[in-house]
Amino acid sequence: MTCEEANILIHALADGELDAGHASEVEAHVASCPHCTAELAAIREMTEALARADLGFKAPPQLRRRIEDALPALPAVAAPPSRRSVLKGFAMGSVVSALAATGLVAIVISKDDQQRIEAEIVSAHLRSLQAGHLTDVLSTDQHTVKPWFNGRLDVAPPVIDLTALGFTLIGGRLDYVDARPIGAVVYRRRQHIINLFVAQTSSTERRTTRMDTIQGFNIRSWSERGLNFWAISDIGADELNEFGEKFETAMRVNKEG
Amino acid sequence: MPLNRSDEDAERNRRFRELALPYLDDVYTLARYLLRDPTDAEDAVQECYLRAFKHFHTYRGPAMKPWLFAILRNVCHTEFARRSSAKLKAIDDAPEAADKPPLWHESQETPEGAILRERDASAIRKLIDRLAEPFRETFVLREVNNLSYREIADSAGVPVGTVMSRLARARAMLRAAWLAEEESSE
Repeated sequence: MTCEEANILIHALADGELDAGHASEVEAHVASCPHCTAELAAIREMTEALARADLGFKAPPQLRRRIEDALPALPAVAAPPSRRSVLKGFAMGSVVSALAATGLVAIVISKDDQQRIEAEIVSAHLRSLQAGHLTDVLSTDQHTVKPWFNGRLDVAPPVIDLTALGFTLIGGRLDYVDARPIGAVVYRRRQHIINLFVAQTSSTERRTTRMDTIQGFNIRSWSERGLNFWAISDIGADELNEFGEKFETAMRVNKEG
Repeated sequence: MPLNRSDEDAERNRRFRELALPYLDDVYTLARYLLRDPTDAEDAVQECYLRAFKHFHTYRGPAMKPWLFAILRNVCHTEFARRSSAKLKAIDDAPEAADKPPLWHESQETPEGAILRERDASAIRKLIDRLAEPFRETFVLREVNNLSYREIADSAGVPVGTVMSRLARARAMLRAAWLAEEESSE
C-alpha cells in the first residue's frame, strides 16, 4: 500500500470503520511509514481534543415546547385498545411495530418478562448516565474489573476488553433489575456509553439474539452458557450488533471468560 | 394540523414522540453548524420535526438519527438556502467547493508532530464554522453527531467514498487552521 492509498484509509482506521482485513493492511503500512504514523497520531489527537471540548448544543426549552405544541396533542388518557389494532400490530410482525403500539403491548403481553425486564434495562441505563452513577469500579483493565464482581453477585460476569476492536472497557457497576442485583460492564464507543448487563438464567440453552428499540435506545439481548446478556446504547443498531458479535466471539475464544 | 383522535393516529403520534424527540439536541446541534445562526436553527429544527411527523409513515427504521438529519438537511437547503447564502457569501459561497482546493490560506501540509493546543468549545466552533459547507457538514456529522460513515452517507445522500474523502479534507483543513491560530496567538 502506498501513502496515497493510505492517506484516506487511515481516517477510516482511526474511526474504527475498517473491517479486520483492511485494517491490518493499513496498519501494516502505517507501521512501516513515519509519515502515516504521524498522520494517524494527528487524527487521533484531534478527535480526542474535539470530544473533550463537548461541541454539541442543547436545544433551548422553548424550541422543545414549540415542537410539542405543534404536534397533535396526545390524548390525556390512552384510549383502550381495540382488538383490531392489537392484531394489526402483531400482523406487521416487526418488534418495532409491536412496540409502536406500546400502550397496547403493555396490556396484551404485560406478563412477558422479557418486555418488562427490557424496560427496566432502559431505566438502569438512563440512571447510569447521570453524573457519578456510571461505574463503581473504574478501570480499563479486565483483570481489575472482573475480580471486583466477586462476592457482589451470584454470577461472575465475563469482562472482556474489546478496546482493540473499537469498544473501550471503562469499568463495572452493580445495578438492580427485576429487584435483583445485576452486573453491568461498561464500554465506550466514541462518546457513547454501552452498558452490558449480565444476569443468571435458569436454562443453559442458547437463546437467539434479538434487537429491540425502546425509547430511542437500541437493545441487543442474547444468552449463552447460563447467562443472559443485554447490551444497551444510543449507538446505531448496526454498531450495537457489531459490539454484540465481537463480544460473543471473544467470549467463545476466551473460554475462561 | 387537524386533530385526529383515532387510535391509530394517537399511536403514531406517541411513537413519533418516543422515537424522534430524544434526538432534539442532536438535530439542533447539526442545525446550528449548518446554518450558523441560533434563530434560523430553531426554525429549521421545528420545520424538520413537523415534516418528519408528516412523513413518519415512510420511516423504516432502525436508525432514527440519520433519517431526521436527512430531513433537516433538506429543510436547510430549501427553506434557508437563500437566507444563509446571502449572509455567508463573503466566506464560502462556492457550490463547487467540493471539487476545488479549499479556500484556506494556510498550506494543507502541517508540520508533523505539531501538537494541538487545547481549545474551548467556542474557539473550536469558530474554526468549524469557517469550513466550506460540504466539509463542515461531514465533519460535524462525524465528530459532533457521532454518526458512522454509512449513516453520514445516508444523511447527506452521497456515497461512502465521498464521505471519506470529505472527512479527510475537513480534518486536514481544520488542523491547519487550528495550528495557524496557535502560531498567530503566540
